[in-house]
Amino acid sequence: MFAYIVRRLFSGIVMLIVMSFVTILLFFSSAVDPARVMCGKSCTPERIEQTRKALGYDKPAVQQWTAFLGGVVKGREYPADEALRKAAPQLVVDCHAPCLGYSTVTQQSVGSTLWTKLPVTGSLAIAAFIMWMVVGVGLGIISALFKGTLLDRAIVGSSLLFYAFPTFAIGIALYTYLSLKWHLVKIPAYTPISESPSAWLQGLFLPALTLALVYIAGYVRLTRAFVLESLSEDYLRTAKAKGLAPRKILFKHTMRAALTPVVTAAGLDLGGLLGGAIITETIFNYDGLGKLAVLSNAQFDLPMIVGIVLVAATFVILANLIVDLLYALIDPRVKYA
Amino acid sequence: MSTSATTDHAARGASGSGDVPALLSVRELRVHFPTEDGVVKAVDDLSFDLAPGATLGIVGESGSGKSVTSQAIMGLHRGTRAKVGGQILFDGVDLLTISDEELRRRRGQDVAMVFQDPLSALHPYYTVGNQLVEAYRVHHDVSKQAARARVIEMLDRVGIPSPQARFGNYPHEFSGGMRQRAMIAMALINDPRLIIADEPTTALDVTVQAQILDLLVGLQKEFGSSIIIITHDLGVVAEMADDILVMYGGKAVERGDADTIFYSPEHPYAWGLLRSMPRMDRLRTERLVPIAGNPPSLINLPTGCSFHPRCEYATAELGCFTTAPPFDAESDHPVRCLIPHTERLDIFENSVRPSL
Repeated sequence: MFAYIVRRLFSGIVMLIVMSFVTILLFFSSAVDPARVMCGKSCTPERIEQTRKALGYDKPAVQQWTAFLGGVVKGREYPADEALRKAAPQLVVDCHAPCLGYSTVTQQSVGSTLWTKLPVTGSLAIAAFIMWMVVGVGLGIISALFKGTLLDRAIVGSSLLFYAFPTFAIGIALYTYLSLKWHLVKIPAYTPISESPSAWLQGLFLPALTLALVYIAGYVRLTRAFVLESLSEDYLRTAKAKGLAPRKILFKHTMRAALTPVVTAAGLDLGGLLGGAIITETIFNYDGLGKLAVLSNAQFDLPMIVGIVLVAATFVILANLIVDLLYALIDPRVKYA
Repeated sequence: MSTSATTDHAARGASGSGDVPALLSVRELRVHFPTEDGVVKAVDDLSFDLAPGATLGIVGESGSGKSVTSQAIMGLHRGTRAKVGGQILFDGVDLLTISDEELRRRRGQDVAMVFQDPLSALHPYYTVGNQLVEAYRVHHDVSKQAARARVIEMLDRVGIPSPQARFGNYPHEFSGGMRQRAMIAMALINDPRLIIADEPTTALDVTVQAQILDLLVGLQKEFGSSIIIITHDLGVVAEMADDILVMYGGKAVERGDADTIFYSPEHPYAWGLLRSMPRMDRLRTERLVPIAGNPPSLINLPTGCSFHPRCEYATAELGCFTTAPPFDAESDHPVRCLIPHTERLDIFENSVRPSL
């Protein structure tokens, strides 16, 4: 098991390295010159050249990439060009590991910018996750148990409705009615949990609900399908034939098998969400990774984009690993070595 | 018990004498499944008796209603769309009318079941020991330790080596034969009076099949349970059954003791089953004779005798295409066939028996 985890982590790191190379190619494929962006509006050709050298954008792709990897592992110094560093040692900036470079727009360190956005996105993703798991899985189980009844149809039908509407429509509708018109919910805003847990929760409610609604729809259907499949398994017939009480059959024999695939999907979805909920964050002006991604794209902030991609990829890779480990925990037939 | 004359006749034959009160009396059992395409008459007008300690073999092709019958006895159709009618009297109590709770108490305790494929019938996520302990503790208010001791004793009884160690294994860590032994241990753990074995050897290697049957027979002697063994394999019932019920298209077409069914069967379908059974005492050059055609759709049963499309003796003059055959009063055991009794005996003696 331990060897398996180590192997998976190793392959995850290899994957990240490959991804970093691919994303760094953005600097070359894009029509925008990052040095030009960094340099600002009143810029002379000489200063662009100097900026390019300082940031190392004059080097070939592979060299830029290895410099980037070196920065992530052991930090790096700017200006990237050695001659420039020698010429003005007082201007040398030390970027500590893991160094992801500097935003060409805000001149801030990419690493520390991402670090400040992470709790915002994290709060949103986890709150939404809890909502959709409780409501989505719960309703899915209910609708499977009452298959074919009016209740089942109502649950599946209404979840389909939310599934069909795009997030921005649901989000804007909730925002307009619940918050602006009816004043049922405070206008959403992010407050760090360390400042005030209740304000954190209140500010989180609407965006998390918006995000959760879309997932709830999917999870109702997913859970319903797997519970129904599990209900028709031979071992459930055995459980009934033993004379077990219905509740025990449901919780011990049906749920564990039915929820295995749901856990898989949930882990992967959460992993994906931690990389940023672009639409929801934008609608509710939540200053997380998703909104940052949109902004960085609009401003051609290439170092920031590379950073966001890598952080999001890390979450997905970790989520995959955790899901696989959970699988082994739930299903004794799964063995890793 | 007031039943019609035909039913009395129908019940006669199986279980031999009427002196011992039957443990199980099935009367005019009907199991119908309404579907969008029509009503599936999985079991129709089925009656039989089973004496305490006796073994009944139910034989038929896939879709003949064998398994549906066994599930009806276990009450497994409750809460589904199936419409179940008639009576299933277990020790005089109609299992179709008792409450869910009462039925639940009887499942596993009075009637236990061994399923066809032990790999899918055992829960893959729980150890074999856990599942047996659970089966025991549903009906016995004992500590986990006591239940564990009982389970290990039962695993030992069904011939699982080092049961102490095997207790903590998962079903996938058992071989097919061992899994079926564990299933049998689970069925017997509460000392049930009736065991229903639904194709208990079908999913097993041929080499293991005989072992499992021997085990069932041996345990039956020891525990004194009645057994209903459901199979499509006449070889299996030849080894075990006292009485045999041949089902076709959801109905009993012939019923009698094992000797009658094997040596003087009267229904053309029973002849077909016998002819298609491989036998060790025959020359290998002789070919098996399959029954032509396919089992009928239970939604659209053929009119008249539902076996007529596959029956080489069916004729319009006999009414095979239009009249559903009742049990033939001429015969000494229940047979649903329109061919006159004497003619049937004649056909069997002269053209069927020589090819067996």
